[in-house]
Amino acid sequence: MTGATQRGTALRLHRGLSRIWASDPRLRGWLTTSNNNDVGILFLIVATTFFVIGGILAMLIRAQLATPQSAFMEPQVYNQIFTMHGTVMMFLFAIPFFEAMSMLMLPGMLGTRDLAFPRLGAYGLWVYIFGGSAVIIAMLMGLAPDGGWFMYPPLSSAAFSPGIGADVWLLGITSIEVSAIATAIEVIVTVLRYRAAGMSLSRMPIFAWYILIVSVMILTAFPPMILGSLMLEVERAFDWPFFQVENGGDPLLWQHLFWLFGHPEVYIIFLPAAGMIATILPVMARTTLLGYGWVVAAAVSLAVLSFGLWVHHMFTTGIPHMGLAFFSAASTLVAVPTAVMIFSWIGTLWKGRPRMDLPMLWIMGFFATFVIGGLTGVMLAVVPFNWQVHDTHFVVAHLHYVLIGGYVFPMVAAIYYFMPLLTGRTRFFKLGEVAFWLVVPAFHVTFLAVHVAGLLGQRRRTSTYDPGQGWEVLNLVASVASFVMAIGFALIILDVAVNAFVAVRGRRNPWGAATLEWAAANPSPAYGFASIPIVSGRYPLHDDPDLAVRIARGEGYLGDASRNRRETLIVTTAQGEPSLVVVLPGNSVVPFLLAVVTSTSFLAPLFGAYLLSGLALIGVVILALIWAWGLGSRTDEGLVDAGHGAMLPLASETPDPPGWWGSLFLLLADSVHFGSLLFGYAFLWTVAPNWPPQSYLQPDFWGVSLAVGGAAALVAGPRLAVGAIRRGRAAWPGIPLGLVGACAIAAAAATIPLARAEPAGHAYDATLWLLAGHVGLHAGLTAIMLIYFAARVARGYASPARIGEARIAGLWADFTAATGLVALGAAWLPGAFA
Amino acid sequence: MAATLQVTSGCEERLSILHPAGPAAQTIAQVWWIMLVGAVVIFVFVMALLVAAWTRPATLNPGDDGRRARVWMWGLGLGFPMVTLAALTGYGLFMGERLLPRDGPDLVTVSAEARQWAWAFRYADAPGRVTEGELHIPADRPVNVRITSVDVIHSFWVPRLAGKLDAVPGHVNVLRIEAARAGTYDGQSAEFSGAGYRGHVFTLIAHDAAGWAAFLRDGAP
Repeated sequence: MTGATQRGTALRLHRGLSRIWASDPRLRGWLTTSNNNDVGILFLIVATTFFVIGGILAMLIRAQLATPQSAFMEPQVYNQIFTMHGTVMMFLFAIPFFEAMSMLMLPGMLGTRDLAFPRLGAYGLWVYIFGGSAVIIAMLMGLAPDGGWFMYPPLSSAAFSPGIGADVWLLGITSIEVSAIATAIEVIVTVLRYRAAGMSLSRMPIFAWYILIVSVMILTAFPPMILGSLMLEVERAFDWPFFQVENGGDPLLWQHLFWLFGHPEVYIIFLPAAGMIATILPVMARTTLLGYGWVVAAAVSLAVLSFGLWVHHMFTTGIPHMGLAFFSAASTLVAVPTAVMIFSWIGTLWKGRPRMDLPMLWIMGFFATFVIGGLTGVMLAVVPFNWQVHDTHFVVAHLHYVLIGGYVFPMVAAIYYFMPLLTGRTRFFKLGEVAFWLVVPAFHVTFLAVHVAGLLGQRRRTSTYDPGQGWEVLNLVASVASFVMAIGFALIILDVAVNAFVAVRGRRNPWGAATLEWAAANPSPAYGFASIPIVSGRYPLHDDPDLAVRIARGEGYLGDASRNRRETLIVTTAQGEPSLVVVLPGNSVVPFLLAVVTSTSFLAPLFGAYLLSGLALIGVVILALIWAWGLGSRTDEGLVDAGHGAMLPLASETPDPPGWWGSLFLLLADSVHFGSLLFGYAFLWTVAPNWPPQSYLQPDFWGVSLAVGGAAALVAGPRLAVGAIRRGRAAWPGIPLGLVGACAIAAAAATIPLARAEPAGHAYDATLWLLAGHVGLHAGLTAIMLIYFAARVARGYASPARIGEARIAGLWADFTAATGLVALGAAWLPGAFA
Repeated sequence: MAATLQVTSGCEERLSILHPAGPAAQTIAQVWWIMLVGAVVIFVFVMALLVAAWTRPATLNPGDDGRRARVWMWGLGLGFPMVTLAALTGYGLFMGERLLPRDGPDLVTVSAEARQWAWAFRYADAPGRVTEGELHIPADRPVNVRITSVDVIHSFWVPRLAGKLDAVPGHVNVLRIEAARAGTYDGQSAEFSGAGYRGHVFTLIAHDAAGWAAFLRDGAP
């Protein structure tokens, strides 16, 4: 082939794929797009907007604290401002921002065309936008939460926070957590299955490891928080006394559930930034990462350890000292994997020939800041010292060192590093360097002063202070420097915005990176790669400098637009061998509509509109079914030519399609949620005053029989159906059996509220209602799935090859049966032994 | 003039944990200064390694990744923090054990009940005596404070004497405090409790032996 015909091939392929992957035109396109580039960039812009809002709130706080006895804000206003600053930065900026970055970068890094569930990503985006906006609008109306971002009851209970502020927090934040879980599932399945051919786990770019670990952490850390929010919300709305001591509750239960989420949350925020550093720093040092395996192991152990030290936020709550000793040791131990990462990176610099471009400058800012934050963190893990500085400005300073130094600075580095890829332009204006020298020194002045103020006894969350305690100069210095820092951040945003629109076109891969995202055209087209790359090492662009051209010419897998649909490759999890061809869904407005009704169902209770909320929930079910119905096929297509002589089955014609994997991980989150409920039950039983309750629920013969029989039918029914379809026989006997099982176990659960009619009487009864609710909800979901599945079978959507949907329903049925038996057993056992 | 200066400087450190006036706060201040020195040394060391990455001669740190990993990963990544942290954790726990409210011969017990936004104090040695916003203790004797709350969560904290402990409704937490000398000390709640949080403070008055006897006999002077 001559050069001209080769270019012609690449151009034809580009045109074909661009047509297939194009978003709808104009405004409609933004509502219907599910492409990772579009969704990611919207995510990024919205998260940055929330960062600006959070930053303005921070400036209000520093303006208030600049002078003693400030009359700028009343305590009632100040309390809303600092609560919202924490909430906005943690929930509306930090998590969505790294989700946005991974949506944008991950498919490129992995060598695939899009994320595993593009529509789920779009749905997560809209839920986030609606939930976040609701929280901000409430603040502008003066209805913001004012109990601090960790919302401790009883202060946040109805008796002490009567307005809707706390409800705004609980419902708004929970909806955003739902969005984060959706994104996490999408990321996990993408990393595990959607990669370039030949990209085994050990050849994955380091960021993919980090984001995989973080996503699993989201699935295990958010559910306790969602449960806590649910408990607090039903306590506020219906007076179920989970946190009221006089009726068998305990406010410490909230603290455990909150920090079970809240501490891993810190690492959920830090690890993606660490992943960015591990990606960028070796490229800037013109070498490879030192100790790749070490860094992966360190990230995994950090994730595991982070779940074992939530109590270090509760050292002053009166937990016995030996208990504290365990958590103190765990809290210091977490510094070890962090040290492994830090020294891996410094060792990488020693190994290579580092150059000081702007991203590298920000990474140096990270080192100078984060190391201090880590050291003060170790100090806080030392119990006696914690007793003194807990809830002072020392802690405020520490957490800003960790979060700004450990998250914001690396993310600024990442923005500048990936800007050529996102915008196709190289930086022309050089405001970035100026901004760096404003932000980083000003940051240190601000928060070093705040440390000292804390040591001198200044409490956090006080609206002002009296003169004469040595705090005035420190606070004034901190405030002035913080304004300089804010100007610096404004310059960064300006710099990025201006360069995104007017800078000069840049060449491909300006940094000389070795990972696949730099092999795509610049900026990345909607389809990502013209063909799925074939890699044989960890650094594909260094192994084969011509790889980008070959990909563009369609010399990888699926370099063919003739089937006229959005295809990408699924590989085996460990080895990365081509395994399946998956057809991704096209543009649709359904995710947007589903987000509208989901957010309505979450936000309507704020105004007491429970009926509207219920109607919206029905809308959620209907739209979800419409969403699912539009997928799948009524005929078997058989093997598909994926190129390179590989004839691969379609993902929809395997027993474990992506949806099955997604369900598996959603159920992991669900299991943690259920486990947290059992933990809460056991905690109240053993720790709360005013236990045990006056009387127990007595198991009755019919309830137990229904539960056991129902669980058996739930397990057997879908299995029979799957087996029958596999052998080409009718699925009919199995589906009704499963339905009967779902109804039976729901009926068994219904005996609980019938027997204990007063959930507001004692926390025991309230917990029983939650257990029964868990069973009822899952029985209902399983029943809907089985009915839906029956309709799918009737319409010809199932065949011996297209068995995946049946297995998804079976997965949920198994989960319902297993957790149902445990939940009902937990409810009945105390009564049986009493 | 000298008296004015003294009062002013006394004001400056009324809530400072760096100006301890009792054994518990003294111990914790010592922990802080030791940790600060350690932290500065470690920070300077890490920054020096970082700077050296840019300035070192190219001959330094030669060899393959396996050899580098022995130095950077096994040595600095694992070994260095493990040793330092084990020592620090052990030291912290040892110090923490010393601060626990153990039984003793001349132990005094008082109770502190927090509410939005006031403190009520009661005395085991003077049943029925309640003081509002003012806690009286004998100087130079160990005092156990039994802390609880009747509404939301608060925290009992006299920075110059000891660390803080939360006042949780339904729970009683016991904090050991001791003032080395007679005098007046500032206390404050250290758990956010709503609109009146800033004003949720109290005064601790440590009496000499005679003053304490008089307080128990006659009530607040």
